Amino acid sequence: MGEHAIEAVGLHRSYRSRTGWLRPQRREVHAVAGVDLAVRHGELFGLLGPNGAGKTTTIKLLNTLLIPTGGEARICGFDVVRQTREVRRRIGYVFGGDRGLYDRLSARDNLRYFAELYGVPGREQKRRIAELFALVRLTGREDDRVESYSRGMRQRLHIARGLLHRPRVLFLDEPSIGVDPVAARELRQTVAELAATGTTVLLTTHYMAEADELCGRIAVIAGGRLQALGTPAELRHHADGRRVLEVQAYGVTDGQLAAIRARPGVREVSLAVHGAAQLLGVQSDAGVDVQADVLRELSGVRLGRVTARQPTLEDAYVAIVNRAAEPTPLVGGVPA
Amino acid sequence: MIAVGALLHVKQLSRSPFEIAIALFVPVVQATLAVYLFRAGGEPDRLLEAAVGAGLMGVWSTVLFGSGGAIQSQRWQGTLEMIMLAPRSPALVLLPVTLATGITGTYAMLATLAWGRLLYGIPLDFAHPVAFPVAVAGCIAGLGMFGLLLASSFVLLRHANALANMLEYPIWLVSGMLVPVTALPGWTGPVAAVLPTTWGARAVHEAAAGGPVWPALGGCLAISLACLAVGWVLMTYVERRARVAATLALA
Repeated sequence: MGEHAIEAVGLHRSYRSRTGWLRPQRREVHAVAGVDLAVRHGELFGLLGPNGAGKTTTIKLLNTLLIPTGGEARICGFDVVRQTREVRRRIGYVFGGDRGLYDRLSARDNLRYFAELYGVPGREQKRRIAELFALVRLTGREDDRVESYSRGMRQRLHIARGLLHRPRVLFLDEPSIGVDPVAARELRQTVAELAATGTTVLLTTHYMAEADELCGRIAVIAGGRLQALGTPAELRHHADGRRVLEVQAYGVTDGQLAAIRARPGVREVSLAVHGAAQLLGVQSDAGVDVQADVLRELSGVRLGRVTARQPTLEDAYVAIVNRAAEPTPLVGGVPA
Repeated sequence: MIAVGALLHVKQLSRSPFEIAIALFVPVVQATLAVYLFRAGGEPDRLLEAAVGAGLMGVWSTVLFGSGGAIQSQRWQGTLEMIMLAPRSPALVLLPVTLATGITGTYAMLATLAWGRLLYGIPLDFAHPVAFPVAVAGCIAGLGMFGLLLASSFVLLRHANALANMLEYPIWLVSGMLVPVTALPGWTGPVAAVLPTTWGARAVHEAAAGGPVWPALGGCLAISLACLAVGWVLMTYVERRARVAATLALA
């Protein structure tokens, strides 16, 4: 336990809902269904997964905002259910988006208020707040109301707020969501600087490049369970023995996607929309050339660039997540 | 922590254009209502009492909707989770919020009296001019503490506004803010006796019209402190329930 900043064993959280009055129907949703996790002190750990995979619920179970329905978790050795206040003294929580700050107050007033709440001694507050404004590059804008801030600035202020009491563990829940590429790069820089000072960081993100650049280890969660865990290099092995064909297209139908998926040698098919164009990604066994088959299935569709390349971390992630949707999920480790 | 928190929440609350517009408009309506009620009742000499009563209604509405509204708006703006995550007693975290709503309620009293003077020429001749502001301040502090008890239910319920709507009129009616408690049916007496609003309203009325202010103010503060104690304990339970039921956030 001593070497781990975050530890979870069999963490479980379900929600019950009831609909209808005359014939009430009860439904139980398992948002997190048995997560085991151990993050070392000073580690920058990534938690990746699609929407609804259980990332935010896992973070809220670890940071005491939710009580687990099963399993247990400890932060710096303190139980998240029984030793809530001890845990809260040691953690910071930052989430992405516009919310979580007092918009009609200045950035300085926001930090002052949270400094009081988190018990930062009065004589230290002024110096600590100035330090944090410098760290998140908001010096000069301290007295502006938060409502006048851009999303990137708000996000940096969130991080400053999360660090006021010098937490040993920082939970970052999709901090770069919706921020522009320049602001996202600045955020990554701030997070990397934090990790370099010894703060343990648990980061959830949708962005593979972000996780690849920052995280020492990554866990992929889907369907409330960890599907894979390892360094970015280890996770890439999930796409070993594959090749990727990318086709820029305009107007691919569901029927055509299904037909491509059914071709021999095809392992995964994904379709992303970029403006008016679609980007079709086809992962296949390395020894099988599916290009001719795919182009035949797409006859009649206007096509753009067609490229074949080696798989990336993102391809490995897609493979893991799609595998999770199959009846028997793979839990932990990398394939032999 | 309580002082800084209350001050910053007052700042946050008083910078909302919507709140400012409501605070300007509602006291006019309440002052008008009170004046016409008393004139119609053949008691034009008690117009100051009417204006003070209307002001108290405004204070109560501000505390009630402030406590509920502040919790709800904190839930909307995502700050409820952030403040509840602080390593403090949940009651200590929320007390500055409810005190701030009481302090902003002072405006309702001042505005109602000012509109009463300007629009209807009500003379502001208080029987106890020194005791009046003290009674108002004590009443507001008491209502702020009572607000913590209300806030505990608002933390647990996502639809806190519905509860606030339900409580507004019955409480000001039973507390004798506008109509004397003696004019109400007998069964309301015991209910009125345990509400800090009843004693606070009595203290403010006594200070305006003449009578013993301090016993009523003492009663208001004693009951409010009891509410604070109950709210303190309840808030710890409610915070845990909210973490089980996942109601601190919107989704």
